[in-house]
Amino acid sequence: MATPNTPLWEVFIRSRNGLAHKHVGSLHAADATLALQAARDIYTRRGEGLSIWVVPSSAITASDPAEKGMMFEPAETKIYRHPTFYDVPEEVGHM
Amino acid sequence: MTVASITVSETPLVLYALRRADDALILGHRLSEWCGHAPMLEEDMALANMGLDLLGQARELYAYAAKVEGKDNTEDTFAYLRDVRQYRNLLLVEQQNGDFARTMVRQFFYSAFADLYWRTMMTSRDATLAAIAAKSEKESAYHLRHSSEWMVRLGDGTEESHRRAQIAIDDLWAFTGEMFSVDDSERGLVDAGIAVDPETLRPQWLKIVSGVLAEATLARPANDWMQKGGRIGHHTEHLGHLLSELQSMQRSFPGATW
Repeated sequence: MATPNTPLWEVFIRSRNGLAHKHVGSLHAADATLALQAARDIYTRRGEGLSIWVVPSSAITASDPAEKGMMFEPAETKIYRHPTFYDVPEEVGHM
Repeated sequence: MTVASITVSETPLVLYALRRADDALILGHRLSEWCGHAPMLEEDMALANMGLDLLGQARELYAYAAKVEGKDNTEDTFAYLRDVRQYRNLLLVEQQNGDFARTMVRQFFYSAFADLYWRTMMTSRDATLAAIAAKSEKESAYHLRHSSEWMVRLGDGTEESHRRAQIAIDDLWAFTGEMFSVDDSERGLVDAGIAVDPETLRPQWLKIVSGVLAEATLARPANDWMQKGGRIGHHTEHLGHLLSELQSMQRSFPGATW
């Protein structure tokens, strides 16, 4: 149970073969040092990570779900933005 | 119906391994008692993680003791079928959890020692013990960091957290001297380069502990009278209760597996 005085933190883990830190969840901790330790204890118990970031949840500015029509729907009709109208040569491999 | 205790041939090396294994098992069990009861989910996981590290250390040391002894005993019979007087752990690690501050003080005192100890043991002439030390040192280093951070936050936190931490320090201080004692059985191993003389680690331990306590605005007790007896099986009243829970299944249903 979280106490009101304990801030929320977002946790990002870079996995063994991952290129970027990925958001994995959140936790409560009194300060950044303890947040990092808690992230280690909660989110890397099965060898998931090689690097951890913790960020105060309050530092995140989020889009408003109520505005998703305005924000995201205009992109749905721009199918020409997907690179699907040409063939990628085999030799290029993973892009 | 209960099953009888085993007998152990406590040659110096067997006794040595059992002492370290018992430290790890008993402290690990104490930490496991917090599971589901810690002040917050995050710390519940942290305590259980440390407990599992210690359980892993105990298993390797018991397995080695069994191999050196060369009889029918196994890591399981060492853990489940020895009576309280056959246990060889430090008195410090069997002390009750108490409040969170007391658990952290106990962890801090032990981890500050264990980290130094295992790091030095990595150069043991006994290859198995050196390997166990190398693995254990990484774990104890983290335990020390975690408990040190909490010492500072409890000591330099609120009036109540400071008070509770100081009471725990004052109560547990008398159990810290036993970590540095060596008896004749162990002296031979020290001389042979197999074991470390813990007395040589005391100045570093005091330095680490004093530094963290100072940062935490907590006082180091002036009292130097030390309690001991765990290494020869003379325990406080708490260990028997702990073992009755730890051993009840195997004592009631010998050899039960699931």
